[in-house]
This record gives sequence, C-alpha cells and structure tokens, in this order.
Amino acid sequence: MYQFVSGPLVWIAFAVFVGGMVYQFVTMLRLAQKDKVIYPYMSLKYSLRSLFHWIIPFASRNMRARYEVTIVTFIFHICLVLLPIFLLAHVAMFAFAWGAKWCVMSAGAANYMTLAVILACVFFLLRRVMLPEVQFVTYVSDYVLLAIAFAPFVTGFAANRQWFDYETTIIIHMICGSLMLIVIPFTRLSHMLFFPFTRAYMGSEFGAVRNARDW
Amino acid sequence: MGLPAIPIVSDLGLDETAKALNTEQIATVVNRILDQETAARFKVYLNTCVHCGLCSDACHWFLSNDRDPRFSPVGKVKQTLWEIIRKKGHVSPEFMKDCSRIAHTECNVCRRCSMYCPFGIDIAYLLLVVRRICHELGMVPQFLQDTVNSHSVTMNQMWVKQDEWIDTLQWQEEEAKGEIKTSRIPLDKEGADVFYSVIAPEPKILAQLIGNIAQIMAVAKVDWTMPSLDGWDNSNMAMYSGDFEIMGRVERAHYESALKLKSRRIVMGECGHAFRGAAYDGPKWLGWREPPIPLIHAVDFYHELLTTGRIKIAKKFETPVTVQEPCNIVRGRGLGQKLREIISMVCEDFRLPEPGLEHNYCCGAGGGTINCGPPWKTSRVKGNRVKAEQLAATKAHIIITPCHNCHSGIEDIISGYKLGMHVKFFSEILMEVMEVPDELKC
Ligand code: HEM
Ligand code: SF4
Ligand code: SF4
Repeated sequence: MYQFVSGPLVWIAFAVFVGGMVYQFVTMLRLAQKDKVIYPYMSLKYSLRSLFHWIIPFASRNMRARYEVTIVTFIFHICLVLLPIFLLAHVAMFAFAWGAKWCVMSAGAANYMTLAVILACVFFLLRRVMLPEVQFVTYVSDYVLLAIAFAPFVTGFAANRQWFDYETTIIIHMICGSLMLIVIPFTRLSHMLFFPFTRAYMGSEFGAVRNARDW
Repeated sequence: MGLPAIPIVSDLGLDETAKALNTEQIATVVNRILDQETAARFKVYLNTCVHCGLCSDACHWFLSNDRDPRFSPVGKVKQTLWEIIRKKGHVSPEFMKDCSRIAHTECNVCRRCSMYCPFGIDIAYLLLVVRRICHELGMVPQFLQDTVNSHSVTMNQMWVKQDEWIDTLQWQEEEAKGEIKTSRIPLDKEGADVFYSVIAPEPKILAQLIGNIAQIMAVAKVDWTMPSLDGWDNSNMAMYSGDFEIMGRVERAHYESALKLKSRRIVMGECGHAFRGAAYDGPKWLGWREPPIPLIHAVDFYHELLTTGRIKIAKKFETPVTVQEPCNIVRGRGLGQKLREIISMVCEDFRLPEPGLEHNYCCGAGGGTINCGPPWKTSRVKGNRVKAEQLAATKAHIIITPCHNCHSGIEDIISGYKLGMHVKFFSEILMEVMEVPDELKC
C-alpha cells in the first residue's frame, strides 16, 4: 500500500495536475479567440498594473475594507503553496526519486505554517456558515473543496506529531495530497490557474479601454 | 432564512410572456445563446468564482437592502445563471420572470463589483448574458421593450418623428438667438469640427438643453453641426434589454451619420449610458476596437473649452454643489478627474462625495433599470439608500449630474428620501456663470 501510494499514485496525481492545467489553459486560449474582444483588448502594461494591485496585501480598496479576509487569505495561500514545495520530507522524497534537490524550510517554520493553513480553513468555514452573503452562495461543493484543501495539512500535521499510527496517517496524507492535486484543474480550485488571466483581462479592459483603475 | 418576501410587481412584458412560454423553449434558447454567444469570459468567470461573497460590499442594492444576500452581485448570479446552468436550461417560465426581474431591474450593470472581486470577475457581463437570454425569450419589462421598439422603428428612443426633430431644433435656435445673437444650430453642415448628438429625451421633454448648447457653442465659437436625419440619437436602450442586433444598428446609424457629414469628431451631450453604447459596448459588438471617428463626452468637451479659454467664467457659482459621478463615464472612461476639474473651475463651493471617482455608487437608474418604468420605481429607490446617505452627507444644495439617467435617478432619490436637494446638468451651471462678450448679447 505504502509503495503504491508513495510511488505511482503521486506520479499519477502530478500527471493529472499538470495535464489538467495544460488542458484548461489551452481551452481557455482557444475560447478566448471566440470571445472577439479579449485579444484586441489585452495590454501587458495594464495587466501587470492590475495584478500588482491585487497580489500585494491591502493594495486594493476591498482588501483594506475586508482586512481580516485579506490577512487570512494571504497567509493561507502563501503557506499552502510554499509548504508542500519546501518541506524537508517532500524534498527528500524528490531527492530520492530524482536526485534533484532544492532548499528546505526548518521544521519549526513548517510546523507554524501548517497550523496557519489549518486555522485559515477554519476561518473560511466559519465565514461561510456565519455571513449571510457567503452562506447564500454556498453549495455543498464549497465545503467539499474546502475539506479537500484542508485534508493534506491536517493529516500531515497529525503524521508529523505521530498522533496515530504513523504509517496509516502518512498513507492517508499522501492520498489527500494527491486528491487535491487531481481536483485542482477540474474544480473551482482552478482559480489558481485562472487568477492571473481574469485579473489581466479586467485590468486591461479597465486600463486600456476604459481609462480607469480597477482596485 | 428569514428574508422578507420580494414584493410582487406586475409587468405585462413579463407576465404575458411567461404565459406563452414552456420549459423546452427556454432550454433551446438558453443552450443556443450559451453555445454560440459565450466563450472564454463566460466559462472562466463561472469556473473561477470561489463563492466567497467578497463582491457583496460593492453593490448599492445589497448595502441598501440591509445586506440582503439576494441583492449581492454573486447572489444575483446564483439566482439566475447558476440555476440555469445546473438545470441545463430546463427552467420554468416563472423562473425566467425572476431572472428578468433580477437582471433587468435589480442590477444596474454598473461594474462596481468587478472592482471588488479579487479575480476581477465581470458580474455585469454575466447578468447581461442573462438579459440576452431574457430578450431572446421576449421576457423584457414592458416599458424597456417599448424604448427598444422605438429604436427599431425610428432609430431614436422616444418615437420622435423627423419633422418633430427638425421643428424642435428650429424652435430652440429661435430661443437661443433671443439670448445670444450669433446662436445657430447648423443642420447637416459638412466637414464641421463637431458633430453634436443628444439622446431622444432632449427634443422630447428637455428641449431647453439643446437651446443651451446652441448658446454655449456660439460663445465658444465652435464649428458644429447636427444631423437632420436618423442618427442624431445616441441613446441605446437595446444594449440594456439584450437586443444586441438593434444595439448594433443604432450605433452604426449614429457613426454613419457623422461620417456622412465628414465631421471631425462626435461630441455627445451629458449622458452616460449613451456614451457607453457609443464608446465601448456598441463597438465591441460591431467588432471595432475603437470607433471609426473620435467620440468624446460632454465632460471632456467642456474641459477642453474651459482649459483653452474659449469659455471664460464671469463669476463662479456660489451655492454649495456636489457631484453624481456617472459610472459609465467615470468607471467607464476615467473622466472622473476631468469632471472634478471643470466643476472646481465653475463652482465656489464644491463638496466631494465619498466614496468617489471610480468607487462612486451608481445612481440606481442606470443600466436601463429606470427605463423599466413606474412598476419598478419603488424597489429601485429602496435599492439605493446608500446613495441618499452619501449625497446627504455632503450637505450640498445642488447635485451636478452630467448624465440623463443619473439625473432622473437622483431626482427620484431626492424625493424618495426627502433630501431637499436639486439636480442640474453641468451645462445648466455653465449657462449661469459663463462670460458672454457684449457684442454677442441681445
Ligand atoms: C497560487 C495561486 C492562487 C491564487 C492567486 C489564489 C487566489 C485566491 C483568491 C483571490 C481567493 C479569493 C477569496 C479569498 O481571498 O478568500 C482564493 C480563495 C481560496 N483559495 Fe485560492 N488561490 C491560489 C491557489 C489556491 C490553491 C492551490 C488552493 C487549494 C488547493 C486554494 C484554495 C482556496 C480556498 C479554499 C479559498 C477560499 C474559498 C472560501 O472563501 O471558502 N487556492 N484564492
Ligand atoms: S448593480 Fe453594479 S455592483 Fe450591483 S451587481 Fe450590478 S454591476 Fe454589480
Ligand atoms: S468576489 Fe468574485 S469570486 Fe468572490 S463570490 Fe464575488 S464574483 Fe465570486
């Protein structure tokens, strides 16, 4: 079991993730041709201007107004992306499989970052349940997706702390991680891919065509 | 959830159409529109939205209805498109009635929410797709449909006949001559610097505005013209009902009329939605990146006249003023700064609204909602309490609104919330304060 999960499953997950992202990206480019306005409107300058104002914390009005979401979401996303890449255990596995190595983060940092992701997920959940405007637009799938993002982190945390049988926990952890990778391209988690493009388009339409700011 | 019931409004355009439709027909139309007319933007926006509700605070409808989630931008998309897509178009006629209520009467397609969504999702565009589907099904509020019918028959919004149009211009030319000797309204003059276009309510009910512009043009010594034939009306209600074919015809007629007269540029009167139609929604549909001939809004034009000294100010306007910044020229064309500059040039006491510039709240009338007519007025005024609060906070007496839609919308808000303020076009203020050389005076 461990052999399969840590070997083929992870490779399948990566392949589906990369393949799925490429597929979504190509589909988007193709559909963008049908949407007559996209390519003519796109502007590098205004795309970057918009992206800039939306990837820097508090650079947009709504980020300042909803400061609590801004703080949580930035911590959440930064940890969510960096943690899996620079975690010692992950890097070691790649080193073992490929011989490739890159820098790793300290165990202490990893610990806090995992906790941060877990708490952020709880925050998102509470927000969803408690704010009427979020509750109103919540489908079951929103909870499922949140759970999918949450699972690799709690299970990783549990494995590291050896709360339960280590081998079982780590197998569950790897399944959760793979599942997350697999579903990203095909669900709303694909916002990871689309974010720069939706922003770039809106930034271009506001900047190049409508001469206005969009933050 | 204990949300208050949405009041039932009877509108023949929706009620009668619903009787004649069935689910199969709806599904056919929905799928045709979604297959043939939507592409990357539509798909990506729907797949990217993480249902986070962060766009809610952008919408004056949501804020004014005590944060009722049914009025949040994403809430409106949920109640319409998400359901339509989930059911693959197999929705009931009653459901489509609600879609029209939401998309035509409870969203001003003002695009403020695109500035609040972290992804920049264009919810106004999504709701315009809903309007498009409604239009194809004939599900359009009756008053709005009437204006579209008028566009289709007469190429103007208010059934103005050609003889009435010319009569009105001649009458206003007479009036203007009574004030300033050299006032003229040159019809069909070839090669003029300015082709001036207006929206149909001007000749129909606000003719003095045409007389005013004749005087302003005379004082500024502008070489201008207006067309005697179709194409003089730059308004475009079809853009808002979802009838994009007629929208395209109207825009084309407007530009062709200016091109036929070999005018150097089009200057349009103080209207925001008309500017939107002519400057970007129309060209977008017609496949032009830029219009075939330069087009500028009145605000831009007055800015030019004032900064080049062609119009001088005799004595600044003293009553405290504030401004209603029309979405379609401020968020739509970045004219906010120029608008503030011209107001400061002519007014002594200018109180800035907060939030302002691109973040200004919509008047609540734009996007064709005011054209949905009296049945929907109560909900429209209720849906913009924040505007009343914003205006009241400035303690100004006069609200300058360089847009016809805003003008009527703000008047409704003033009376609905008893603000005791007055609305004026910029040109009306300019008429009071501009310096008229003695030799032009009667
Ligand atoms: C790396 C590129 C990514 C970017 C730029 C990005 C951006 C965003 C943005 C702008 C939001 C908006 C709502 C908010 O701020 O709360 C959001 C929410 C969210 N994202 Fe991401 N994201 C990325 C990757 C991911 C990934 C890889 C996952 C998980 C697998 C993820 C999971 C989530 C979750 C769960 C939410 C919260 C939704 C809710 O309110 O419940 N994101 N993201
Ligand atoms: S009225 Fe304006 S802010 Fe509200 S949903 Fe429509 S476009 Fe968005
Ligand atoms: S802010 Fe954007 S992503 Fe969030 S619910 Fe609104 S439209 Fe969707």
